[in-house]
Amino acid sequence: MQDSRFIRRVTDKALVSFTLDGETVVAQAGDTVAAALVAHNASPLRHTGLSGAPRTPYCMMGVCFECLVEINGRPNVQSCLIEVQDGMQVRRMHGFRKIEVRHG
Amino acid sequence: MQNTRADTTIIGGGVVGLSIALGLLRAGEKIHVLDGADHDPRASLGNFGLTWLQGKGASYAPYTRRTWQAITAWPDFAATLQDLSGIDVAHHATGGYEFFTDPDELDGMAADLAAQSNTLGPGFSYEVLDNAALKQALPGIGDTVIGATYTPHDGHVNPLRLLSALRKALQNGNGRISNGWVVQDIRRNGDDGFTLTNAKGDVHQTGRVVLCAGLGAAALGERLGFRATVRPQRGELLITEKLETRLPFLSSTLRQVDEGGIQIGGTKSDGGLDDREAIEKMRFLARHAVAVWPALKDVNVVRSWGALRVMTEDGYPVYARAPDGSEAYLVTCHSGVTLAPLHATLLADWINQTSAAPDLEAFSDARF
Amino acid sequence: MAAAATAARGGAQVVLLDEQPRPGGQIYRNITRNKTELTYLGGDYAKGMELATALDHPNISCRYGSTVWRIDDGPRVTFDQNGKSSSITAPHVLIATGAQERPTPFPGWTLPGVMPAGAAQILMKTSDLVPRNAVLAGTGPLLYLIASQMIDADNPPLAIVETQTTAMLLKSARHFPRAMLDRHAIFKGVAMLRKIRRAKVRRYVGASAFHAVSDKGRLSFHFKTQGKSHSVACDLVLTHQGVVPSTNLQRAAGLPMEWNPAQACWQPQKDDEGKTPVQGLWVAGDGAGVHGADAARAEGVIVANAILCRLHGLRPEIAPHVNAHALNHRFRARAIRPFLDAAYAPSPEIFSPPDGTVVCRCEEVTAGQVRQAISSGADGLRQVKAETRAGMGPCQGRMCGLTLTHLLSEQTGIPPDEIPALRARSPVKPVTLGALAELEIEE
Repeated sequence: MQDSRFIRRVTDKALVSFTLDGETVVAQAGDTVAAALVAHNASPLRHTGLSGAPRTPYCMMGVCFECLVEINGRPNVQSCLIEVQDGMQVRRMHGFRKIEVRHG
Repeated sequence: MQNTRADTTIIGGGVVGLSIALGLLRAGEKIHVLDGADHDPRASLGNFGLTWLQGKGASYAPYTRRTWQAITAWPDFAATLQDLSGIDVAHHATGGYEFFTDPDELDGMAADLAAQSNTLGPGFSYEVLDNAALKQALPGIGDTVIGATYTPHDGHVNPLRLLSALRKALQNGNGRISNGWVVQDIRRNGDDGFTLTNAKGDVHQTGRVVLCAGLGAAALGERLGFRATVRPQRGELLITEKLETRLPFLSSTLRQVDEGGIQIGGTKSDGGLDDREAIEKMRFLARHAVAVWPALKDVNVVRSWGALRVMTEDGYPVYARAPDGSEAYLVTCHSGVTLAPLHATLLADWINQTSAAPDLEAFSDARF
Repeated sequence: MAAAATAARGGAQVVLLDEQPRPGGQIYRNITRNKTELTYLGGDYAKGMELATALDHPNISCRYGSTVWRIDDGPRVTFDQNGKSSSITAPHVLIATGAQERPTPFPGWTLPGVMPAGAAQILMKTSDLVPRNAVLAGTGPLLYLIASQMIDADNPPLAIVETQTTAMLLKSARHFPRAMLDRHAIFKGVAMLRKIRRAKVRRYVGASAFHAVSDKGRLSFHFKTQGKSHSVACDLVLTHQGVVPSTNLQRAAGLPMEWNPAQACWQPQKDDEGKTPVQGLWVAGDGAGVHGADAARAEGVIVANAILCRLHGLRPEIAPHVNAHALNHRFRARAIRPFLDAAYAPSPEIFSPPDGTVVCRCEEVTAGQVRQAISSGADGLRQVKAETRAGMGPCQGRMCGLTLTHLLSEQTGIPPDEIPALRARSPVKPVTLGALAELEIEE
């Protein structure tokens, strides 16, 4: 994995850790999940459902819907609108979401 | 300002107009479709996509029979369209359910199906399922669904691709389609056909006119002497995000489109030409979806819709020739997708009065 | 923020709903948490602190993480917070949804590593992240601001590739005298350009034929200027072609729109105070028309005072007098806009991308497919959408709507202002079936 496309300036903000597909990611308090993923260079973040094209977070403000991930079991969340929390479980979306159906 | 002429002109480029145009084209006619404006009501753009037989014409046997004829013709029609246009309209005769939370409504539908069975005979099969049978067939069904009806004859199609395929088939066959041609006035020229004009000053002469303009046909129909009237009935839909999981059923109110999103619909409101989505209806649809298939509870609604169905007075199609005997025809219905195969074949015979012409008296203007 | 504070101080009960987790919108993003970062983010950014602090008023109830997805007659606002939806009715609703980056389609713009310049600003403000190995491409003072911040962080951009042409600069000259009313902004711009020059950052102007290519994970950016082709190996391409109002909620709420030819975008019809033709609905800020942060702040004050006059039963003619100060501020803050719009006009290429370029990111529809649909007969956006699926994805046309408008205009000759925008409907942001099912509706 190449280095992140961004450099983190040194601040005294607290650190937060969460998992991405089970792997620990250290972020800064106040990061949105999308920002933390960009800093961590989780690239590509997902592949489109139609052509499998690689995508990463784009607008960072809730307009483009490229930053969709599953957060704590909830799929298709716009990660640029959610702040990181300790222990958050983030998983990448691969294609379209599935639903669980109970069986008789 | 343009002057054009054609032997037969179809006013309206929705699923009804395009299907009829295709039928006439294949019968050897030189046809010209005049399609309205992008912002016209355009019922075909708000269609649910069903090819549906269940319940149709329970109180009017001719409608049951014609719907049956259309349903059985659908697979061949889809194949023909693919040949003519290169487009697969994704027609699937999966069989269809109607789900009920109210026992009286279930009984009502069961009675309707019995009436259909009476009309159609042994070729038509259906089932009435109680809650236990339904849970067996569809384990994910919600607890408040007390029963369902099912026929193997129902199916669905991609309505937008259907429109594309019809257009393409027409264009490939050298049929002409003019867009943004809103017929403002139509004059009969004695026995010599009609002159149509629009607001831009374009003039179109034609020997024969087939009026398929849905809600836009009201004023024009009157001018040509037709008695049938149409009124708008709003239907609202919700569409969800795309799912990889496939729904194991098709119903008239819950349908997964081939791209993956779930369509939820079935409301009926009378609000004139107001096609705005009403929050009470949206909530009703959401409640219905979650009641029928609880697994949908945390699925996102991405978009809602409101479309205006074209309803005749009694809800059945109108196939009418102008009362004064001139070469003007009116075709209007709210199930243009289901009936498309007939519109693309039999209607041409009917208009041309060939020996294969169907008897459509049951749907004439005279009943109004 | 300005409107909420003004209204609260005037005695109104205010509910502030914001989709973001914290106040500040985009310009003052994360302002309440950036106390030690203010020096490097700049003096203009620091102005936001005062605005955010003013929200701490007993008359204001702030609800963050609240996404408004529908507005009914009433007006009644329906919003979702944490997967649960509820409604609030109020006699006056101010829609201040701000602006978004103008979509900038070019071949390769969907690749990882290509982002809008505004996104880089957000990352800087919320997360102290500075772009590395970045090319800045497009037009507008935001490129200079970011370049300037990168230089200060010892990470200068690899290049600044501007689509601005001499013709645009010449056209902007007549607006310059008026722009001088906002000398502060002019001096700031000059200072940034000087910093960029001193840092010897390579600058190209009159650039065109943008395309980004990814080869085995390595990104490169290609462009032409003065007939010569250039390419730059980089990790990031930060693009910008100005900002446009976010209008999905407004359109879904029934607000009629008007086309702004200088900025090539839609904005809501409104009067001088921000009152719209729809009863009880008001607009202000960049969401009502892009004029920048200072004008937006003044407009917030103006619209709040206009609403207060009505709440207190004062004659509406009184409002402009109450607003004299704010109207003056707004006048001065708007002074530079005609110059900026002309000097940094969007590149015509983004209105007419090559056929293979994806224009609808959600549904992966290309410009070529759109052109094909138009030549097959689609003469309005509704039919383009039905034929191609462009505009049907989760972003509901936010990223493609304007591009589709321009493509349709180019192919049919219909001027953009005569091409109605794609129909926007609620929910303007996704809401679960469960939340919708459980919504309480006042009868």
